[in-house]
Amino acid sequence: MNNLQIYLLLSSLLFSLGIYAVISRKNAVAILMGIELMLNSANINFIAFNRFTSNLNNLDGHLFSMFVIVLAAAEAAVALAIIINLFKNLGTVNVDEAAELKG
Amino acid sequence: MEFNLIIALSFLFIPISLFVYQLFFGHILKHNTWYVSIIGIGINLSLALSFFYRVFHNSPDDHMLHYRANWLTTGNFNMDLGIFIDNMSAIMLVVVSLVSFLVHLYSSEYMKGDSRFSRYYAFLGLFTFSMNGIVLADSIAMIYIFWELVGLSSFLLIGFWFEKTSAAMASKKAFLVNRVGDIGMFIGIMMIYFVGETHSFNLSDIIEKVKTSEIDSTYLTTAGILLFLGAVGKSAQLPLHIWLPDAMEGPTPVSALIHAATMVAAGVYMTLRIFPILTGDALTYIAFTGAATAIFAASIAITQTDIKKVLAYSTVSQLGYMVLAIGVGSYLAAFFHLVTHAMFKACLFLASGSVIHSMHNSLHKLNDHETDAQDMMNMGGMKNKMPITYFAMLITTLAISGVPFFSGFVSKDAILAGTLSHYFDHGGITILLPIAGFVSALITAFYMFRLIFLTFHGKPKNKEIHKHLHESPAAMTFPLILLSLFSFAIFFTGTINPLSDGSKGWFSKAIGNGHNYVIKVDSHKADAKHDESYDLVHSNEIHSKANSNHNSSSDNLYNFTEHVAHGTHAAHYTAMYLSLLVAALGILLSVIIYYYNKINPNSFIKVFNVLKLYDLSKNKFYIDELYNNVIYKPFMFWSKVSSKIDWDYYDQKFIDSIGKITLSISNKSTKVDYDWLDQKVVDGFGKITHFMSLKLKKMQGGVIQSYILGGLIALIVITLIVKQI
Repeated sequence: MNNLQIYLLLSSLLFSLGIYAVISRKNAVAILMGIELMLNSANINFIAFNRFTSNLNNLDGHLFSMFVIVLAAAEAAVALAIIINLFKNLGTVNVDEAAELKG
Repeated sequence: MEFNLIIALSFLFIPISLFVYQLFFGHILKHNTWYVSIIGIGINLSLALSFFYRVFHNSPDDHMLHYRANWLTTGNFNMDLGIFIDNMSAIMLVVVSLVSFLVHLYSSEYMKGDSRFSRYYAFLGLFTFSMNGIVLADSIAMIYIFWELVGLSSFLLIGFWFEKTSAAMASKKAFLVNRVGDIGMFIGIMMIYFVGETHSFNLSDIIEKVKTSEIDSTYLTTAGILLFLGAVGKSAQLPLHIWLPDAMEGPTPVSALIHAATMVAAGVYMTLRIFPILTGDALTYIAFTGAATAIFAASIAITQTDIKKVLAYSTVSQLGYMVLAIGVGSYLAAFFHLVTHAMFKACLFLASGSVIHSMHNSLHKLNDHETDAQDMMNMGGMKNKMPITYFAMLITTLAISGVPFFSGFVSKDAILAGTLSHYFDHGGITILLPIAGFVSALITAFYMFRLIFLTFHGKPKNKEIHKHLHESPAAMTFPLILLSLFSFAIFFTGTINPLSDGSKGWFSKAIGNGHNYVIKVDSHKADAKHDESYDLVHSNEIHSKANSNHNSSSDNLYNFTEHVAHGTHAAHYTAMYLSLLVAALGILLSVIIYYYNKINPNSFIKVFNVLKLYDLSKNKFYIDELYNNVIYKPFMFWSKVSSKIDWDYYDQKFIDSIGKITLSISNKSTKVDYDWLDQKVVDGFGKITHFMSLKLKKMQGGVIQSYILGGLIALIVITLIVKQI
C-alpha cells in the first residue's frame, strides 16, 4: 500500500467527519469545530503531497499549511465573536433558532 | 449721409424718442415733463420752417429731397422705403409741426393734473411721428404703414379717458370704421403694385408706370377708387363719416390736432399724392362723395347743441369740400383749403376747449356734476368773461364762413370756382357739385354764427355758472392768438385786396395747378373724355414729343388740370360773388334768429318738421341707427342663428350623441376588459405564479445546513458526472 494513500485516506476521513459535523450538528460551536476539522484535513493533504511528490528541499506545502493554520485561528476568533453575539441576542447557540431572515 | 436727409429723418426720430421717453420716464419730472416734449417738437418746427423757407425758391415740379433705400427683398418682391420732400410736403410739415407744437403748449394747461399726464404727451409724440411719416413717405406702402400708426394713435387718444364708457366705445368705433376704409386702400395698393412690368410701391415709379404702360381703364378706376376708400375712412367721407363726431370724446386739444387739422386731412393729402393716377371716372366718384359729404354734414351741424359736435360736423363738411375740389381737378384749391382749414379749425377747437375748460372749472366750483359743460344751451354771454377766446373764435368763424380778408374765403372760393368750371365743362348732372358747394357754404356760415351767438352772446343761461367763468391761462390763449392770426388771407395770398384771385399768391406758385400732369385722350375719344380713361403723360415729355413730331397729335393733348385752372379763372368772379352772397345770407339769417331773436327758432323747427327735416338732422339722419339696423342687427341675428345651430343642434344633438354612443361602447368594453381580461386572464397568471411561489418557498428553509447538504450532494453528483465523461 502506497504511503501517500494512507495520508489521503486519513485526510478524507477527517474531511468527511468535518462535513458531517457541519451538516448535522445544531450547536454553532460544534459546526465551527467541523470547519476546523475540514481545514486540518486540507493541511494534511498539503503536507502529504509536498512530501511525496517533490524533493525534500521544497517547502511550499508546509508554507500553505502555516497560512491555513493562521487563517483558521483568525476565523475561529471571528466566528466565536459571532457566536457570543448570537447567544447574547437570542439566548441560544442553536443555529436553527437563528432564523430571523426567514420569510 | 446728406445733411438734408438727417434733418428729414429727425422729423421721425425726435417724436418717436419723445414717445419712448414719455412712456417710460415721463413720470420722473411729473408735470414738468411737458417741457421735454415741447422742446423736441419746437426743434421739429424750426427744422420744418427751414424746409419751408426753400418753398419760395422752388418750382412745383422740383423736389428738395428724394432718398430711397432697399428695405426688404424676398424673391421677386422688392420693397423700398424712402423720404420724399417737395413743396407740398414741406408746407404740410409746417402745418403738422405748428399745430402739434401749439397743441403741446395748450395741453400743458388743459391736461394739468390728469393722472396720466405723461402718457398723454407720449401719445401726442407717437401721433406726430406717424403723421410726419405720412407726409415724408415716398411709397404708398410706407404711407400705409404710417396710416395705420396714425389710426392707432387716434384710437389711443380718443380713448384716453377710457374710464368713461362712451370714450372707450368711441375709440373702438373710430378704429373699426377706419379699418373698413383701410381694407379698400390695401386692395388698391396691391392693384397698383401689380400694374405694368416692374412692380413697385414707390409713388414716382407708379406714376411713371401709369403714364407709360397700357392699363385697362376699368382696372385703374377700380384701383383709384379703392385707394380713395382709405381717404374716405380717414377723412370721414360719407359712408364712413360716423366715427369722427364720436371721436370728440377725446381731450379737446387732441380733437384740434388729430380730428380737425392733421390726421383727417391725411386722407386728402394721400389722395393728392395719388392724383396723377386717378382716372376721370374715379375723379367723378370722388367729386360726388365730397359734395354729398359737404352738404350732408353741414345740414347735421345746424341742429347739434354740443359745441364740439357742431365743430366735428363742420370738419366733416370742410373735408368734403377738399375731396370735392380734388374730384373736380382743382388740385391747388384742395391743398390750399387743407392748409387754411388746418389753421382755423385747430383754432376753433382750441377755443371751444378753452370754453369747455372754463365751464368745467365753474361747474366744479359749484359742485355741479349734472350740467353738460359742452352743451351750448348752458352757455351764453361769455363774451365779456373770455375776450381772447371770443375774438379768436370770431376771427376763425369769419374765416370758415368765407368772409373776405380771411383765409377761408380765398380757399373756399377757389374750390367753388373749380366746381363751377367743372360744371361749365361737363354740364348735365355735374351741376349738383356747385349747388352742393354753395348750399353748404350757406349752411356753414349759418351754423357757425349760431355757435358764436349761442356761446358768447345773449344772456347767460345760467347766472351761477356764468359768475365763475374766467379767461384761460396764457398757455391756452397764445395758440388761439397765433392760429387766428394765420386765418387772415394775407398770409397766403400776399395781397390786401380781398377780391384778388387767390391763386396768385406764393402758395399757388409753390404748389402749382398740377400742370405737370396732362391727360392724353385719343382723338376718337376726345368727346367722351369724361367717360373714357385718361392717359396721363408728363408735360415735359409731351412738349418734347410735340416738338419732335410736330404732328397734329398735340391738338389731342388735353391738359386737364390746366384746363380746370383756366376754367377756374373764368368762373372765379361768378363763384366769388355767389359765395359772398351765400355767406352773407347765412350770417344774416343767423344774426336775425340768434342775435336779435326776431324769429323764434322753434317756429323754424315746426316748419321744417312738416317733412321731419329737423328730426332727421337732429338725429344725424339716423345713419348710426341705419348701420345698427342694416349691419349690426342682422349680423347679430345671424350670429345668434348660427350659434343656435351650432350649439343647440350640432353640439347638443350631433356631438353629444356621438359622445353618448362612445360612452355606452366604453361601458361594454369595460365589462369585457375588466370582467374577462382582467379578472380571468391577468389575475389567472397572477394566481398561477402565486401558487408556484408557495411551493417553491419551502425550499428556502433558512437552515444553512440543509443548503450545505444540497451543495454537497450537487458536488458529488457533478463529480460523478465529470468522472463519467
